[in-house]
Amino acid sequence: MEDKNNIALSVRDLKTFFYTNNRCNKAVNGVSFDVEKGKTLCIVGESGCGKSVTAATIMQLLPTLSRIEEGEIKFQKDDKIINIEKLEKNGKEMREIRGSDIAMIFQDPMTALNPVYTVGFQISENLKYHTNLNKKEIREKCISLLNDMGIPLPEKRVDEYPHSYSGGMRQRAMIAMAMACNPKILIADEPTTALDVTIQAQIFELMDKLKKENDTAIILITHDMGVVAELADNVAVMYMGNIVEAGTADDVLRRPTHPYTKALLESVPVLGRGKNQDINPIKGSTPDPYNRPIGCQFAPRCNWQTESCDVMPEITQINETHQVRCHKYEQFFEKYK
Amino acid sequence: MKKEILKLRGVKVHFPVQAGVFNRVVGHVLAVDGVDLDIFRGEVLGLAGESGCGKTTLGKAILRLVEPTDGEVKYISLDDNETELTSLEKKDMDPFRKKLQIVFQDPHSSLNPSFTIFGSLQDPLKKFGIKSKEERRKIIGDLLEAVNMRREYMDRYPHEFSGGQRQRIGIVRALCLEPELIVCDEAVSALDVSIQAQVLKLLMQLKKEKNLTYLFITHDLSVTEYLCDRIAVMYLGRIVELCDSEDLYNNTLHPYSEALISAIPVADLDKQTKRIVLEGDVPSPVNPPKGCPFHPRCPKATDICKTEVPTLKKYSTNGNEHYASCHLIDLPEIS
Repeated sequence: MEDKNNIALSVRDLKTFFYTNNRCNKAVNGVSFDVEKGKTLCIVGESGCGKSVTAATIMQLLPTLSRIEEGEIKFQKDDKIINIEKLEKNGKEMREIRGSDIAMIFQDPMTALNPVYTVGFQISENLKYHTNLNKKEIREKCISLLNDMGIPLPEKRVDEYPHSYSGGMRQRAMIAMAMACNPKILIADEPTTALDVTIQAQIFELMDKLKKENDTAIILITHDMGVVAELADNVAVMYMGNIVEAGTADDVLRRPTHPYTKALLESVPVLGRGKNQDINPIKGSTPDPYNRPIGCQFAPRCNWQTESCDVMPEITQINETHQVRCHKYEQFFEKYK
Repeated sequence: MKKEILKLRGVKVHFPVQAGVFNRVVGHVLAVDGVDLDIFRGEVLGLAGESGCGKTTLGKAILRLVEPTDGEVKYISLDDNETELTSLEKKDMDPFRKKLQIVFQDPHSSLNPSFTIFGSLQDPLKKFGIKSKEERRKIIGDLLEAVNMRREYMDRYPHEFSGGQRQRIGIVRALCLEPELIVCDEAVSALDVSIQAQVLKLLMQLKKEKNLTYLFITHDLSVTEYLCDRIAVMYLGRIVELCDSEDLYNNTLHPYSEALISAIPVADLDKQTKRIVLEGDVPSPVNPPKGCPFHPRCPKATDICKTEVPTLKKYSTNGNEHYASCHLIDLPEIS
């Protein structure tokens, strides 16, 4: 983490708020993380915790009723450092970055592809705006991209419409689109949630390959701790707009220090542990974003709650990589050592 | 001694595919294609498989929410009376509807938004002879408390509840006629992980209290392992493996189950295994491949797999019955 040159994207104290009906939803409330080149950062959390909004903020794809309130998103392009949050949403510079340097894979391949254009056309759009290739070269590149993604008969498939692709193939076409310009950062927003496990395994294999071959930094957004264990180098656990725990996969999965991380890990049955494993649900449900608890957001559902939790805990650095946002982490850590 | 509650014999559900100006039938979707299955009283039977393998259709065919094209579904009552459900008149089916219930997948679309919870839930009670409103309110109130919700919630509308709460209301709806078997069709798949654990715990607790039998349909094998006594794995409308849940993980016989298990991400850094990546997608059930339906994707396929359809054969692993349909198993077959 010390080596600055390795960091592809650095987010500091990011706040994104939504405004509706004179109310304010602090969807992302002070998030900081770094993404290293050739590494995967997994952002985990339940629905509504702000993980997708974080991704949309980095891409500047926020809806009109929201804005970046504070914070920095520093993106390292060649040797320059660009502050993404200062760029105009649809300005020339942002459009240059979006799609070519930072690309995104969306959750639902059924709705993210345009049904009235061929898959080839949709992939080539990216190449048309971001590279100097001519028509023929673009078509060849499209075919080779589809081929890399393991789509059979790419010469034929490139002229087909999304409806003749299956779910897994559509997601692979989406990845081909995102990878078209060799992005430095790939943001994958729940890329496999809509897919079957066997297809999910195919997609993961593919992402692993891309990471190794192109040194791409990947931000993977997911709610599945299993996916984290398989793919992540670094993990950030989010809850109600904050990162509550972050560190390497080893830190977070083997030595969870925040009660929420621990609870998340204990609430899913793990394959291979048989019938006698104990799963512990987290009590209650996520709070209404317009009516948040004061202080630590997890306190009302936490078994370790005390009066001190009425104040938002600060981030504490446990070791070089591992950080946590909890008042009681020391006692908690002792107990589950 | 284990007693059956349901016996399925050769159940088939085929949907016609229509095309052209005159809507001629041009083919059939073989959603369920010959399933033999016994469900025992008091067990949790898991039904696992990828999307499109026919698991939901089979669940619905048992309740005749989808009419089976062929085959028998026999219900065996506590005093050993067998009734064939598929040949019954609609009217005669009613007493069995009381005993066989279903919890649907999507809690958001399975409740009518214009009725209160009580309004939705009282209909089956009315139909099955509970005339006084007081009594109906009492039954529903008690059940709401049993699923950890407040009695007063019955006068609220569905939009006032969260996903987990709605799913619990769906469970109350299934429970209010005191059924013997509940088909849980992806009952926890649409829920967040923390809520999913709450509902799973609740289902287990209710099973103990009320002596229920579950047919648990899901694509998530880690949930089936935790919950189920036996697991049936389906592929393209057929059962390919059926055994005790522990044996499915420790002594997997069918290559499809093996691939399915290896593909599941495990939230444990010490238990990482090598993924077996299957090529391609599930073939279309309109035109399934010849021979073993799994052979185009099977890493072990040989010549015999391309021509001959394997049947479900009985083996023994760990002293338990273990059914699998594959040509390549070299265990002795048990008759």
